[in-house]
Amino acid sequence: MQELQTKILNLENYRNEVLKRWENFKHTIYLCAGTGCRAAGSIEVSEAIRNAIAEKGLEGEILLKTTGCQGFCERGPLCVERPSGTFYQMLKPEHAKGILEAIKSGSVVEDFLYVHPVTGKKIIKEEEIDFYSNQKRIVFNLNGKIDPFSIDDYIAYGGYSALQKALKMEPEAIIEEVKKSGLRGRGGGGFSTGRKWEVCRKAPSDDGIRYIVCNADEGDPGAFMDRSVMEGNPHRVLEGMIIGAWAIGANLGYVFIRHEYPLALQTLIKALDDARKYGFLGQNILGSGFSFDVKINRGGGAFVCGEEMGLIASLEGQVGEPRAKFIYPAEKGLWGKPTCINNVETWANIPLIIENGSDWFSSIGTKGSKGTKIFSLVGKVNNTGLVEVAMGITLRDLIFKIGGGILKGKEFKAVQTGGPSGGAIPAKLLDSPVDFDVLTSIGSMMGSGGMIVMDEETCMVDVARYFTTFLVDESCGKCSSCREGLKQMSWILKDICDGKGKAQDIEKLQKLGKMVRTASLCALGGTAPNPVFSTLKYFAEEYEEHINEKVCRALVCKSLINYSIDENKCTACRLCEKDCPSGAISGGKNVIHKIDPQKCIKCNVCFDVCKYGAVVVSSGKYSRRCEHTKTNLKPIKERIS
Amino acid sequence: MTEGTDIRTETQKGLREIVLRYQKDPAYILSMLQDIQEIWNYLPKDWLIELSKEIDVPLTRIYRIATFFKALSLEPRGKHICTICVGTTCHVRGAPKLIDKVERDYGIKAGETTKDGNLTFETVGCVGACALGPLVVLDGKYHGHMTTETLGKLLKKTIQKSTE
Repeated sequence: MQELQTKILNLENYRNEVLKRWENFKHTIYLCAGTGCRAAGSIEVSEAIRNAIAEKGLEGEILLKTTGCQGFCERGPLCVERPSGTFYQMLKPEHAKGILEAIKSGSVVEDFLYVHPVTGKKIIKEEEIDFYSNQKRIVFNLNGKIDPFSIDDYIAYGGYSALQKALKMEPEAIIEEVKKSGLRGRGGGGFSTGRKWEVCRKAPSDDGIRYIVCNADEGDPGAFMDRSVMEGNPHRVLEGMIIGAWAIGANLGYVFIRHEYPLALQTLIKALDDARKYGFLGQNILGSGFSFDVKINRGGGAFVCGEEMGLIASLEGQVGEPRAKFIYPAEKGLWGKPTCINNVETWANIPLIIENGSDWFSSIGTKGSKGTKIFSLVGKVNNTGLVEVAMGITLRDLIFKIGGGILKGKEFKAVQTGGPSGGAIPAKLLDSPVDFDVLTSIGSMMGSGGMIVMDEETCMVDVARYFTTFLVDESCGKCSSCREGLKQMSWILKDICDGKGKAQDIEKLQKLGKMVRTASLCALGGTAPNPVFSTLKYFAEEYEEHINEKVCRALVCKSLINYSIDENKCTACRLCEKDCPSGAISGGKNVIHKIDPQKCIKCNVCFDVCKYGAVVVSSGKYSRRCEHTKTNLKPIKERIS
Repeated sequence: MTEGTDIRTETQKGLREIVLRYQKDPAYILSMLQDIQEIWNYLPKDWLIELSKEIDVPLTRIYRIATFFKALSLEPRGKHICTICVGTTCHVRGAPKLIDKVERDYGIKAGETTKDGNLTFETVGCVGACALGPLVVLDGKYHGHMTTETLGKLLKKTIQKSTE
């Protein structure tokens, strides 16, 4: 170990040594093995490719690297072959041999290429796909190139050279650099990172102990940026933390990670082990005399622990109840010591700023929001996945250029940023730029990066109810305004969805929301009414329809919709009749099926199983028909006549 | 466990191993509880009593933590664990219908286990595999793009297989 650490002192030499190991490989296959692709079967694909390489005796020629999340989860399992840059998607183990043969012969396998959803053209290179070409990947740039379990991979791409540089700088100079870069916290608050560091460094501590914490308790439903950064490039987060610790003067750091992220936990544990072995962590880091180590704490599945004070309580072995922030944790945090808490993505930006300088960083983005932001673009959008964009891009470009528009060509309705603390942004504001201050001014917020796209089939009252119910469950219960107020709000919203809404409900929601926002201690309660406020502001007509006409235009709210079977379309195939759990469908062989509205429990099973477009769901003047995918049977009406 | 072994001492032995992993530091109480749950799938009462003695923390505080965090369970869980993701993406893509399906077919609500001990049904805020929503995690394996139809079949098959 001593020998290795001495070698690392000359990082440049070691880097060249690693690069030399790869010199002989003519091709490298970078296969995504992030959580999304794993769920779609990428581990099986990687085994198949590995076996095929061995079978064909190509071990010295083709290198297979399993990387972290590459972002384009919708198309997983996926891989990129370099140097050619060929992008293959939706792979299966049986495709392995074909891919290897194509690589060997310098051709491509057309069947696995990405097809442009609008033009129908097949695209060969990764960088030519809209999803990638419109992004600006700086934090995420190595995710598709390195094996997250290999510290050497990270070093090969310049990893830890920022740390080396930082250790030669004065701590105050580092803080100044981070301040000048304009980096703002990526966890949602958007506070200046450099200023937070400065406060923490200057805060009095009788025994000189200070802590830094990496907040990896990403509880925002529909957001997985931090998970992917940790899964794909844990060393960059770690390097950021070590630099931060040096700047602030901390000797111990914590990573507070969500327990629902087993893979990220694995990569992180391995990264810590390796960093200790290489001398980036521990005593006398890189011969600088500075010592620092990191401990990992797993969360217990409580959203409120992502709140700084809740997180600190959790780290101290208490239940995760936040306390008032009269004194910021940067001054008095964990065990009463100055504690600097930053989000995963914030830490991951640090090495880039130190390496490339604050001028480079602040040249990206808008006046008040510098750098890039990673979003998890999800919901009713074609290209679901993780995208990193320069601040200032418009929501329209993000959703339509990168996201490829709305699923199944439906109409865009809203986009929710900031998760349960944010708001829904309607179509008329799609040209707003992604910017901390702009998003706040239109009633939403940047948040940690969840971006949920909703279409005409999403009910905005239901969305408000969903977020409010989520927060009722996640409220720690300390402040009665949050505990009881949110509960009342969720009951009112439930009544509206159930068709029991009353005219005065909207006013009541407004009043309650204001009370919850004003009287709650922490950010959870303080922002909890946002989804209700924003939907009330931009989608008031949906609330009014629910309350006055008992109609749900998105056809979501069960009490307001009805199912029926179109007699001109029914093929009397008996599928829905058999599957109906409440026996509401009558019919039989050669008899047009019928739904008994008295017995129907609106479970949507018939809508899912019917393949002939015969099941119709309706509410007032709105209706929707199930998909017509099979044509082997003619409607029974035509067959009989 | 062989017959005649004192369960108390087995508990003590297993527990000591866990608390020593964290130098008996009460700050790691949540991690300790998670480790116990990893062994048993839930938090057995006698282990919690023993833990309270080992790290000198009142049982009431342990109970408070055990009931605060969603990831912890005081009830034994089923042979199979079906977790439906109710993150926003999964919600707008139809997770509520999947929940109805499980509740209806197995007569249990989220957080409950069937009487025969075959199935525990849970929900989770978000597992971050939104591209695959609506998503169901069955015994740790992810199943994406589920419908009431495919989920019904999957559960039936899994439970049938293990009871054969």
